[in-house]
This record gives sequence, structure tokens and C-alpha cells, in this order.
Amino acid sequence: MENVNFLYELFGKNIISVTLIVSLPLVFVLIYALIAILAELKVSAWIQERLGPMRTGPWGILQPIAEVVKLIQKEDITPDKSSKLLYNLAPFVIFTGAYAAFAVIPFSEYFVPSGINLGLFYVFAIGSISALGIVMGGWASNNKYSLMGAMRSVSQLISYEIPAAMAILSVVVLASSMNMQEINHQQTGWFWNWNLFGGPGSWTKIWIIPFTVLLTFIYFISSLAETNRVPFDIPEGESELVAGFHTEYSGMKFAMFFFAEYANMFVVAAILTTIFLGGWNSPFDTFLQGPIWGSFWFVLKAFSVVLVQIWIRWTLPRYRVDQLMYVGWKVLLPLSFVSFLAISFYVMLK
Amino acid sequence: MSDKKRLDLEYSQIESDKMRINVGPQHPSTHGVLRLEVEVDGEIVTEVIPHLGYLHRSFEKHCEKMTYPQVMPYIDRLDYISAMNNEWPYVMALEKLMDIKVPEKVDYIRVILAELNRIANHQIAVATFGLDAGAFTPFLFFFRDREYILWILEKMSGARLLYNYFRVGGLAADVYPGFKEDCLNIVKQVRKTNAEVMDLLIYNSIFIKRSANVGILRPDVAINFACSGPVLRGSGVKYDLRKDEPYSIYDRFDFDIPVGKGEVGVVGDCWDRNMVRVQEMEQSCRIIEQAIAQMPMEGDVSALVPKRIKPPKGEVYMRAENPKGDLGFYIVSNGTDKPERLKARGASFVNLSVIPEISKGYMFADLILILGSIDIVLGEVDR
Repeated sequence: MENVNFLYELFGKNIISVTLIVSLPLVFVLIYALIAILAELKVSAWIQERLGPMRTGPWGILQPIAEVVKLIQKEDITPDKSSKLLYNLAPFVIFTGAYAAFAVIPFSEYFVPSGINLGLFYVFAIGSISALGIVMGGWASNNKYSLMGAMRSVSQLISYEIPAAMAILSVVVLASSMNMQEINHQQTGWFWNWNLFGGPGSWTKIWIIPFTVLLTFIYFISSLAETNRVPFDIPEGESELVAGFHTEYSGMKFAMFFFAEYANMFVVAAILTTIFLGGWNSPFDTFLQGPIWGSFWFVLKAFSVVLVQIWIRWTLPRYRVDQLMYVGWKVLLPLSFVSFLAISFYVMLK
Repeated sequence: MSDKKRLDLEYSQIESDKMRINVGPQHPSTHGVLRLEVEVDGEIVTEVIPHLGYLHRSFEKHCEKMTYPQVMPYIDRLDYISAMNNEWPYVMALEKLMDIKVPEKVDYIRVILAELNRIANHQIAVATFGLDAGAFTPFLFFFRDREYILWILEKMSGARLLYNYFRVGGLAADVYPGFKEDCLNIVKQVRKTNAEVMDLLIYNSIFIKRSANVGILRPDVAINFACSGPVLRGSGVKYDLRKDEPYSIYDRFDFDIPVGKGEVGVVGDCWDRNMVRVQEMEQSCRIIEQAIAQMPMEGDVSALVPKRIKPPKGEVYMRAENPKGDLGFYIVSNGTDKPERLKARGASFVNLSVIPEISKGYMFADLILILGSIDIVLGEVDR
């Protein structure tokens, strides 16, 4: 399929449009992170029967900005015995991993920074970079808690990437494409065309719907583990590891970790939206369907997923490290294999 | 050689380095300034050594230089979460030594306030235990309710946390108007929140997975270490001073002693200890309701006590069921207005000694949970 990008259409493929395309998601991420921080504060407050921030600006909407300003002002401490280069590099590596994934996320029918054919594969490969950053930060801090957090993080990421990969692979089989834009185009129409409900097809698809719903949940749970969110936040489980791999970080570098976590939350939510929830398609056929409305639907869906992540965070306790492995290897992995086989059968018979 | 044996042999040849970690004194989950020297093999805890003394304030030595009423504020600061309960055995000891009979109304007020404070203490214990497991929301639910209890205690005594309210032979002040209604409202609210937290935390499957079958304290070990309170009862031993050695007017109330039953795991695991606390809140509610119904409103809140408290020569030991276990005071009097010697037997200190015994072989994350389930307060451990 022709990769359509409205900025290329407008300006042609030159340095200006390329710069704009590269920086547009960054602007989006910055704004999104502020909104997500506010959402986290407010949602947690509502869950806990509090008001949340109310003093900074009307209804506390300036609180995220206040927090960012506070973090910038803080002293930037580098521990004496740390490995300086790795220690200072780690937050940026993590953020690079999170931001690089935005390269293939289709925000709208006419805007995807790079519509490469191996989009899903690329997202998956680039997602592991954050694990590298976590190990760098944990190891270089020269702190036992950080080291343990980093170790946990790696084992967790490896265990949960496999079920997540199986879930994505099932969709790839179903859609016969790895291009995220192509997968989106296939899901056009009413919401029952979404891959969550077995993708487009005749009534015979009904028997795979349980499997696709299951895969959606598997991917969602794995994504929680990949972004280190509760109930899988053991790499930074504050009750035992103080703050895990970012124990020693302060100021702006800590803010980078924070920022990368929120960016990562959006990335996994965006992938979930793209491959299971119809991406930028309107749920109601042609109702509000179009390139601009498309970005609205996309952000709405992805942000809803982020809100669910926040909701879960403030509701559930944390798993222990061995129980986390158990869930990953003995529950999610077999289920994802079964679903994968079922979907392969369906595609073969179609 | 079978595969299993060969595998075992291979594992035994792997040399793994053990790491020593200092958990505390500045750590979010040690519930104060406790330092645990932990030796871990990967994630498995192989040795735990608690180091104490970061909050030592020479309480017992100070008491020797103070008159008896002056000791009271120091006693509040032992177990600062349940100060009302702390004061009680101390004044009871002096009353026993001086042979003072307190008016009935005083006993009822003392029971109500102590049980209210017991609820507040258990709310903190259960809340922070949930926090150790990563559940943040129940923590705030409990703290919201605790605030209402503290309001009552504040109205009674003038202080939120460190009351200095009990006096030898009575109380500092009478009840305020509307005290009974406030208490009954609290009881209602506590029951409502407990029902909510049952679903949200106690029977949450992740929480059960985390806390059941972890930190198993066998009844014989618990008795050998002289554990008391919910720690002992969580191991299935039915021991409660309020029933076994009824002091004050506890023999007038109808209440049960909840013990650990191993409902979701083994008897004596963290979940059981936590559950005992939740059930004790309900029992405290029952006691409060009965006490409110029986309490006389007329009369003075102080017996006839000489202005200067000068107990006769002699010694006395008195203990009471604190929320954390037995709190006992041993007082040697030399006939002056200052104690010759005052020794406190704190439950937290004794209960803490069981940590190295029950936390070996569990994961590092479990150690934090075990510590949380013991429910220590460092003010009482170090004194």
C-alpha cells in the first residue's frame, strides 16, 4: 500500500517535512505525558475518595507542570562510585526506546511517521531497548537495590515479550500483514470488524471471537508487565526495593525515567488500539470517519487503555517475582499458543 | 545416575555469591528506623539480623528521675500508635500498688477508648501490610476511618496521638456530650470499611497469593519466643489477656478471640496474622457497643487519690492486652514519689525477635511482608 503522509503531500519530501514528522510525535508525547500525569493524580484520587490536586490552577490542572518544574530544579546527583557514562546515558536510552516506537504508530489515515511494512516487527524489536536502559541504569548506579531491580526487570521483560509476541503474531496471521496501516485499513467499518471481534469476515468468524478477545487480554496483561506497571511493577516495587533501578536518580534524569514510563504506556496502548481496537477507525462505520476524526478516535481509544492501566494500578496489589514468572510462562504463554493455533486454523480454512 | 540426581549435582556445583543488603534504617517498608541486615542468595533470603537502637531514648532510666505522673507522657511514646492502651497497664499497676478502686464509669470510658485505639492501631497495621503488598488504595480507606477515631480521642484528651489522658485512679477529663453517638457512628463506619476491604484486599487473589503460606510461625515457636497479641493468635493459640486474665471490667463483655485458622494457607502464615487483626476490629466494635449500652453517665471520673502519688514500698507487675501484644510494667517503689526502677515489657520487641526464625528461605519481597505482618512499632522496640 502507498504510504500516505499529509506532510509529504503538503511540502514534498524535504528536510522541513521530515523534521516536522520526526518532531510531531514528540510534541504529542509531551502534551500527552502532562495529561496522563494529571489523569493519574486525579483517577487515583477518585478511587481513594480524595480530591487530588486542587490548588495549582483551576481544578489542579497545572499540577503536572508544577511537578516537571520541581524536578528540573532538583539537584542532579551522580553517585561517587557509579559508572558515570552508563549512569548518565541510561535515562536517555530508555526514552529513546520509548520514543522510537512512535515512528510506526499510525495516528491517522494520513499521518504515520514511517509506514514501513515491518511495522509490528519494528515496534517489538525497539521495545526491548528500554530493558537495556534499565539494566544500564541499575548496574551503573552501584546500588544493590538498583541492581536487583534491573535483574528483575530483564527477567520480566523476557518472560512477557513471548506471550505479547504470540498475541501480535496471531494478528499478523489474521491480517496477513505486518504493516500497521494496512491492519488498520482492514478493520474499517463497524466495530465488529475490529480484530478484537475476529476482524472483518463473514459469520463463520464467530468461533474465533473468544480467542481474539483472549489474545487482547493477553497482550494487555503483557503490556502491563513490559511497562512495569502494577501488578507487575516488581522492578521498582517500592516496598522492598525502595525505587528499584532508579533509586539513585534525581532531578532531570529521574524525570526522564518518569517520562519514558508514560511514553511507554502510550506506546503499548497505541499498539493495542491499532491491532485489536481498530486504530483510527470510527466504531460506527462512516460516522465521524475521516483523517482528522481518525486521529481523534485513535487518541481516544489509546487514552482509554492508558486509563485502564491507571485504574488497575490503584486497585491491585503487586505480584511476587516468582509468581510473575509463573503467570507469564505457565498461564499466558500456553493460552497464547492455543489462540495462535486456533487463529491459524481459521485463516487456513477461510 | 538419574536425570534428577545429575541435575541436583550440577546445581550444587554452581557457586553463587551471597549479597548482604542493609534494609533500613532509611527504608520505606521497615515501619520506622529498624535496620535489617539481610543476606540474600539472588532473591532468596538466607539470613536476617535485626539491628536495633536507632530510636533508643533511655525511657526506663528517664522514668527513675520522674515523678509518677510525669512518666505518663513517656509511656505514650512507647507504642505511639496505640497510646491509650499503653497508659492503661501503667496506671493499673500503680492502682494495684496503692490499692485504689476506680469508679465504674472510669473503667467503662477506659475500655471504650482503649478499644477505639485498638481499632485505630489495627487499621494502620492492616493498611500498611496491604501497602507492603503493593495495594495503596485500602491504605487510604483505613486512614480516612482512623481519622474519625482520632477525632473522638482528640475531643476526649486534647491530643491526636499522644494523649496523656489516663490518671492514677481516674481520667484527666470527663466525656463530652455526644460521645456515645460518636462512638456508635464510628462502629458503623469501621464495619462498612472492613466489608469493603475484605473484597478489595483480604480476599483479593493476588493478595492471597502473596501472603498465604509465607512466614509460617508454628504455635510452638511462637510460644517459645514469647510472642503475644495477634502474632501469637495468628498461629492458632487462643490467648488473650482480656479473657484469660480479665483485668478491669473485661469479664462483663461478650466477645470472641479470633485465631488463625489457615483459611487460605497454613495456620500461622502472614495472611492469618493479618486476618486476626481484621476480625479483632469487629470484636472491638462489639465491646464498644456493649460498653456504650452499659456505661453510667453520672459520677466522677476520678477516685480519691492523694495529690502526690506516693505508692508504698514494694513492687508490682501489671500487664494488659495491647493491640500488638502483652504490654507489662514492672515497677519497684521505694516509698518516694519517683519509681526506684521501671521496666517495660514491650510486645513489639519480643515479637520482632521471631523475624530471623521465620523469614529464612523466603523471597526478599516476602521478608517485607513478614515484617509487616508482625506489626512492630519502633518506639516500643527501642524504648
